[in-house]
Amino acid sequence: MANLTEVRWHGRGGQGAKTAGYVLAIAAAGQGWNVQAFPEYGAERRGAPMRSYVRISDAPIRLRSSIDNPDIVVVLDSSLLETENVTDGLADGGLIIINTDKSPDEIRQELANPNVELCTVDASAISVDTIGREMPNTPMLGALAKVSDVLDLETTLKAVEKQLSEKLPPAVVEGNKQAIQRAYEEVQVA
Amino acid sequence: MGQLQPLEGNLAVAEAMRQINPDVVAAYPITPSTEIVQTFANFVADGEVDTNYVAVESEHSAMSACTAAAAAGGRVMNVTSANGLALMWEILYITASFRQPVILTVVNRALSGNINIHCDHSDTMGTRDAGWIQLYSENVQECYDNLIQAVAIGERMDVRLPVMSCLDGFLVSHSYEMLEVEDDEAVREWIGPYKPNEPLLDVENPYTMGPIDLYDYYIEHKYSQWQAYPAAKQAVIEEGKRFGETFGREYGLMETLGLDDADIAVVAMSSAAGTAKDVVDKLRDEGVKAGLLKLRCFRPFPGEEIAAALAGCKAVCVMDRAASFGAGSGPLFHEIAAAMYTGGQTVPINNVIYGLGGRTVKPADIESVYRGLMEIADTGKVEQVCTWLSVRE
Repeated sequence: MANLTEVRWHGRGGQGAKTAGYVLAIAAAGQGWNVQAFPEYGAERRGAPMRSYVRISDAPIRLRSSIDNPDIVVVLDSSLLETENVTDGLADGGLIIINTDKSPDEIRQELANPNVELCTVDASAISVDTIGREMPNTPMLGALAKVSDVLDLETTLKAVEKQLSEKLPPAVVEGNKQAIQRAYEEVQVA
Repeated sequence: MGQLQPLEGNLAVAEAMRQINPDVVAAYPITPSTEIVQTFANFVADGEVDTNYVAVESEHSAMSACTAAAAAGGRVMNVTSANGLALMWEILYITASFRQPVILTVVNRALSGNINIHCDHSDTMGTRDAGWIQLYSENVQECYDNLIQAVAIGERMDVRLPVMSCLDGFLVSHSYEMLEVEDDEAVREWIGPYKPNEPLLDVENPYTMGPIDLYDYYIEHKYSQWQAYPAAKQAVIEEGKRFGETFGREYGLMETLGLDDADIAVVAMSSAAGTAKDVVDKLRDEGVKAGLLKLRCFRPFPGEEIAAALAGCKAVCVMDRAASFGAGSGPLFHEIAAAMYTGGQTVPINNVIYGLGGRTVKPADIESVYRGLMEIADTGKVEQVCTWLSVRE
């Protein structure tokens, strides 16, 4: 059987869940994996709930449906916990990382399925400090690099630099790299 | 040597267009293919291509400009989706009738109404009689490879027809995947320089295209166009083989999985065929003789080849990502059923319509199609010719 990891990102339009999925795929590709990353949204609307999906595998990926049973869930906006079951399809013990200023213990009871490996990081605050505005997607990649084995910090930083340099000035790219580094250090594991 | 790299579907198409370096692109961006036009416009602005980029005010104008530029003697490309393709409708027929090898990438998207930006094949299926060659891609690698081959196929002197290279909106256009991007020079050498055929700008040899043509000759002109399509089918086969010889990835009219000894088989196009491959493997592990026919070339329609490939099956289901309203079943089904019948086949065959407006198609959905075929194979009876897959009633 192929070794397949499926990651589902929950965010709101404009928070960068699509870009984060792409960067994760590029980073994983840099480590030699086969990858597939694609967003799922209605029309592009800032603030509307959206998801993006990433598949990482040692075999070519042919499956193209949306991800119902993720191995890892990343939540960019904790207000989504009020309206969506972000743990839907995540097995007991599955990994979930939430952007919040709360600790894992403080937020666990807000999850439909609390029996998961829960990590939290205040990616919004980190991004305001390092990038100058709330942009939680890249710091969440730093947290993911720390608590999962799908990618390492160095490859993540390289992938972010590659992906963001095409559209953003060097200072902003540098801020994103600092955000990743800080989230990597500050993520709380339950 | 090519380079293995992760790229989004739309960017892979733009990259192929950069390498092809067409003389003219006249495009009017529309979701979900906007990013191709945007990226290519940047290549033009940055001087990375020699293309004359024409900013137009609609898709009707876009295809008019493209057809005229091709008639003038240039290599011409264009990009669109859904309602944009619908607005090109009138001109699509003229491009093919003029025998101009304009290359159009279509990122498949549902036609209104209601308004929907996601994938189905209602846009290109609606243009199936316009005279364009149509190739469909399963993944990012294929949409890159198919666009390069489209140029070589359409421009062959025995073909000279426009080609649509189709990929699924969002599912492939917005998917980052690993693909092999070939060297610029290797791509340019493989497609070769453009050879105009009786171009209008050759003022020493004046030529007329598109004059009034009534009952005295019109039907002969249409019959002469009709005769180009067997050659086009042959060109799809030969260029797919030649592509494989140069780049190591061979293409044909279709791709099959497990069909040699299959009892039950599904016919699908584009990205859903990828998911179906996983389902075939799972069923094979259970001892079910399942097979898949992924149709790559819908126009020219390889009816004889499809009928031959499905001949040994006990039951077949054709999956349509478009409805033909009032027809009772989907467009791909009609043509395959006709090809089977005229080919003397009596294999029981049915049809599912799926994935309209981007509804995800899961492995379990496709597995349910195969389970239905197992019943039909046992009884030899098709209870209902056409059903809609995983739809709430």
